[in-house]
Amino acid sequence: MRHVISILMENEAGALSRVAGLFSARGYNIESLTVAPTDDPTLSRLTLVTMGSDEIVEQIAKQLHKLIDVVKLMDLNDYPHIEREMMLVKIDVQKQGACDVVKRISDIFRARIIDVGEKSYTVEVTGSRGKLDGFLQALHELRVVEVVRSGSMGIARGAIALNA
Amino acid sequence: MELTGAEIFVECLKAEGVDTVFGYPGGAVLYIYDALYKAQNEINHILARHEQGAVHAAEGYAKSTNKPGVVLVTSGPGATNAVTGIADAYMDSVPLVVFTGQVPRALIGNDAFQEVDIVGITRPCVKHNFLVTRLEDLAPTIKKAFYIASTGRPGPVLVDIPKDITQMTGEFSYPSEISIRSYNPTVKGNKRQVRRAIDLVLEAKRPMLYTGGGVILAGAAKELTEFTRLTGFPITNTLMGLGGYPATDPQFVGMLGMHGTFEANHAMHDSDLIVAIGARFDDRVTGNIEKFCPYAKIIHVDIDPATISKNVKVDVPIVGDVKNVLADLIEELRGRKQGVDPQQITDWWKQINEWRKTNCLSYNQQMDGPILAQYVVDKLWEVTGGDAFVTSDVGQHQMWAAQFYKFDQPNRWINSGGLGTMGFGLPAAMGVQIAHPDATVACISGDGSIQMCIQELATCLQYRLPIKIITLNNGYLGMVRQWQEFFYQKRYSMSYMEALPDFVKLAEAYGHVGMRIEKPGDVEGALREAMAMKDRLVFMDFITSAENNVYPMVPAGAGHNEMILV
Repeated sequence: MRHVISILMENEAGALSRVAGLFSARGYNIESLTVAPTDDPTLSRLTLVTMGSDEIVEQIAKQLHKLIDVVKLMDLNDYPHIEREMMLVKIDVQKQGACDVVKRISDIFRARIIDVGEKSYTVEVTGSRGKLDGFLQALHELRVVEVVRSGSMGIARGAIALNA
Repeated sequence: MELTGAEIFVECLKAEGVDTVFGYPGGAVLYIYDALYKAQNEINHILARHEQGAVHAAEGYAKSTNKPGVVLVTSGPGATNAVTGIADAYMDSVPLVVFTGQVPRALIGNDAFQEVDIVGITRPCVKHNFLVTRLEDLAPTIKKAFYIASTGRPGPVLVDIPKDITQMTGEFSYPSEISIRSYNPTVKGNKRQVRRAIDLVLEAKRPMLYTGGGVILAGAAKELTEFTRLTGFPITNTLMGLGGYPATDPQFVGMLGMHGTFEANHAMHDSDLIVAIGARFDDRVTGNIEKFCPYAKIIHVDIDPATISKNVKVDVPIVGDVKNVLADLIEELRGRKQGVDPQQITDWWKQINEWRKTNCLSYNQQMDGPILAQYVVDKLWEVTGGDAFVTSDVGQHQMWAAQFYKFDQPNRWINSGGLGTMGFGLPAAMGVQIAHPDATVACISGDGSIQMCIQELATCLQYRLPIKIITLNNGYLGMVRQWQEFFYQKRYSMSYMEALPDFVKLAEAYGHVGMRIEKPGDVEGALREAMAMKDRLVFMDFITSAENNVYPMVPAGAGHNEMILV
């Protein structure tokens, strides 16, 4: 099963590679990983999406917790939560009518065109994984030049929070 | 007053109460060695002959004292040579603080001479590691390193110090307290779980206590003995746990696992309650996990939550320091209206005593035949009154040492269990002897293993370490040969060493006493003669039976009740 794990860790050199190294050393897989400092600059928040049985994910959580740089973590699957991902897509618009297609589909998906060039448009779209996949599918008649996805970020609904 | 980084380093060691450092100098640590030179009355530096030897010696020191071992090596090859020892300490949860020199900060990342990213290299085999990037971080980092290494589940911590930081000067103050927000090991067991555990203990008909190295590391042998006597339960130890409970006591059923006793393994298999204490269900212990303890409920006490339900799903997990939890278990059991009724396990003991009758460790030493390794270890136990510190390398001799030297005390059996590092025994014995100058320290080794850190014989001479080396020389890499005999149709691929040195001359060349023993009738006399040489290292080369195997054995993939006896 797919699990979304949120991790608060020390914002220190090497901390990220300890997390990534743990996954490769123990043969766990990483579907996506996204990380940045929080409002407290000494802490980084990392959202990691992994696949595994409940036993494996429990073991992953314990092993992560064992890393000295990891302050706290939560498996968001244990709570109602929201997941968001951002995608930047560069689309070839040289084909007749391509600009209109991009504009129409962007409207439908509430995406934004953030760069306009002679040959290409770049669109920013945010949402669940499924929405981003759907956006790309909707563009199938056009040539997609480049796709950049941030990987999932997650947060629990309601008052539940992951704080140091 | 301002001190140099190197002087601050030395002051930190003093503040931590470090009396001994094992190491090897080099370019990146010259300032530190200069500061150590000035502090030599307070800190004893032991110069190994290879960095791997220095780390194993520190492990021997740590394993025999439960104090952190301290290592100092230079950058580059000095650091990489230490990696095997660090990985060994990680697998066996040995508290170590390893200091490596690093090239000056300005050169880091430039492929400088003797530069290596040792923090990156060791990341998967340390409890934690640090690169010191500012002088003001040096003292707090050292404080953290000792704290992390020696608390919770112990382990090696590496501190990488760039050379320029050891040269520059700054104010020194050593933090008296340290707290790390992301590191708070659970040391007290959950009371409710303790009560649940005792409920199961009181109901069990076929209980087994299965205890490991965690008991030794926690200094909990006394509590374990009390709990075992209180319950009357049979007890088995893992390889790492030997000495946690007196091996000569009738409740002890021997080691378990691949080369454990028939009675210990059968009792594990048939048990209805396993109380696992400071043990981690390692594959060499469990055999085929699918066939492991099919009838048992399992209580697991360990300080590391990640070991719980890692390999085997447990029913009652108790996270905490083994010493505390054992004390709680004892208190809870004593507090009950009724303790364990001996009647409840009478039939179980009858069954265990039946299994014992197979006498699975018996061997037949013909006095006109070749020496059997088992006989040598038996005699060593007799001659030393069971009171020696025994280190070993890895292989058949290690298993025979574990089976036949009956350890009655903790911290006496010093071996490489998890990583299985050949070359561990001799340097580890140095660390033990330095920590216990008046004790008898025996290193049981093989003709293969002893050559892997043989250079340390020079260190032994320099510091007059009167270690007794017992090499069980069968001319083979015995455990490899045994597996090839059993599972590879006797194709002895690369397990025979055609050229062995003359160990007697070798020992003499290093300034020690060498003996070769070829007849069973000479074994005891030779051991007595060697033990009488209190101030000399004696290298005893026992020429033993070439095709002797370690029995009993649980073959790979088999269950505990599927042992090969002879």
